[in-house]
Amino acid sequence: MNAIALVKHVPDTAQLSSAMDGLKLMAAGPRIINPWDEYAVEECLKLREAHTGQVTVLSLGPAEATEALKQGLAMGADQAVLLSDLAFEGGDTLATARVLAAGIGKLGEWDVVIAGRSALDGDTAQTAIQVAALLDVPQLTYVARIREVDFDAKTITVERMLEGGREVLTTKLPCVISVVKEINEPRYPSFMGIRKAAKATIPTWTAADLGLDPDTVGAAAAGVKWPEINLPPAREGECEIIAGDTPETIAAALADKLMAEKMI
Amino acid sequence: MANDVFVWIEQSDGTADSVAWEMIGAGRRVADALGGQVTACVLGDGVDALAGEAVQRGADTVILVNDATLAIYRLEAYAATLVKLAQEYQPAVFLMGASSQGRELAPYVAAKLGVGLAADCIEVGVDNGSLVATRPALAGNVITKITYSDSQPHMATLRRRVFAPSDPDAARHGQVLTADAALSEADISTKLVEFVTQEGEVNLTDANIVVSGGRGVGGPEGFEPVLALAEALGGAMGASRAAVDAGWIPYAHQVGQTGKTVQPDLYIAVGISGAIQHLAGMKTAKVIVAINKDAEAPIFKVATYGVVGDLFKLVPALTEEFKKRLGK
Repeated sequence: MNAIALVKHVPDTAQLSSAMDGLKLMAAGPRIINPWDEYAVEECLKLREAHTGQVTVLSLGPAEATEALKQGLAMGADQAVLLSDLAFEGGDTLATARVLAAGIGKLGEWDVVIAGRSALDGDTAQTAIQVAALLDVPQLTYVARIREVDFDAKTITVERMLEGGREVLTTKLPCVISVVKEINEPRYPSFMGIRKAAKATIPTWTAADLGLDPDTVGAAAAGVKWPEINLPPAREGECEIIAGDTPETIAAALADKLMAEKMI
Repeated sequence: MANDVFVWIEQSDGTADSVAWEMIGAGRRVADALGGQVTACVLGDGVDALAGEAVQRGADTVILVNDATLAIYRLEAYAATLVKLAQEYQPAVFLMGASSQGRELAPYVAAKLGVGLAADCIEVGVDNGSLVATRPALAGNVITKITYSDSQPHMATLRRRVFAPSDPDAARHGQVLTADAALSEADISTKLVEFVTQEGEVNLTDANIVVSGGRGVGGPEGFEPVLALAEALGGAMGASRAAVDAGWIPYAHQVGQTGKTVQPDLYIAVGISGAIQHLAGMKTAKVIVAINKDAEAPIFKVATYGVVGDLFKLVPALTEEFKKRLGK
């Protein structure tokens, strides 16, 4: 069994504050492994525990993104690879997916690629799906549970968490899965894991290593660009506090307001 | 068809999802700005009636694909057919609702077409003959303007309940074309095993009114008055991450950065302090009511109306008041 977890090094939105707004955070805020991707790493490790095999963590990003990969190694992944090249910068999700797909191809035989639902920064939830499309394999999104997997018969059955219930789908391996946080509880890295990760050598693969023409990746190949990033407009108006002598008078006053606004 | 706008009509069992008409509404304005037409893609099995409905709602052309392989939505089957249609008709723009389905279908289609896609947009327009979109990122803490390269169609998924749906007009006429599905059942590796409906499951993202409980409700039983208020208002019940992580209520109810993004007319936050991650999922509601015993709670900074006090007294009083006024 060969499982690959896609991880991204992202700004830590828990650091947002009045002194650290969204723009400052994106520009120079502290980075962490995308929290959603920890669920992807955990699910790969669980598959390895149940079936034996190898878990690889793969990331595209600048040199600092090795920190996210080290987190994956500390959790227990067997190996990590960073895809990094100046040519990759400014890519949209599709240009990024093209590099990831090439990286997955270079890793050799694989059964399943697992990614988090989305990344904290872009929140597009597109990249893993586009990796599947480029690799021409099935994609299972919003997976809350892997019900059954058979690496010999090359089949997998999952539960997808959708509005209104759970859809159970079965498909062929290899495939790409994106997971929601209900799927597991990511483990904390062990002390030994952290030591191992700190000493690990993480190879970096460039566009040339992947056999990618620089014109097909990064800003050069991006179908969308983001020329302006701004802070969201502040919500208009002050909060109007509804007060009263009893809960009943407050309820009546609030109901008056909401009915006047035709909310009810 | 170089200036035309494709929209995907999301449906289930022959009933259109409300977001489909929002796409025609938004698509109509984009098409008018481009000097093009709106083409609605209706995929399903035995969904002819939807084609007529799409015309009444503002589509100039409907491409109708009826096939047994499309009876229930499956990514592989739907994506392959939409890719085929886009290649054949070469629209300038392709819009889908940012629903669970739209947000997986659009990226798959965009990757196969090799074009740009903007996710979960809250505005779309046309500048110099090219689509421009606006979308939140970083959990709603920045707003990004998106522009496109020359590769078309320019694709976008649009957030629910942001764009006005088009109104039906029985007198409208349009043409209905038919097309074949791209894949046969043997080509589709993904099969549906079953759909398990969950007890008390609610469609949070489509709700007009959402009443959510947080840490302040104190425990699982604290959600009873929250649910009673939601039901009295005909709304859905949400929750903060703190309440979900405490195991008081299932994850399906979670609103916020790691849960669902909701866009109701009215959002009532009960015992929710208003962490930035929670605000990311609800702060664009039209009216926000905060009920909290802590007058300093950050939720009051985004609230339209606030009540400082004991939720266990206030929420039942509100429920009774609304029941009385709504004649329940």
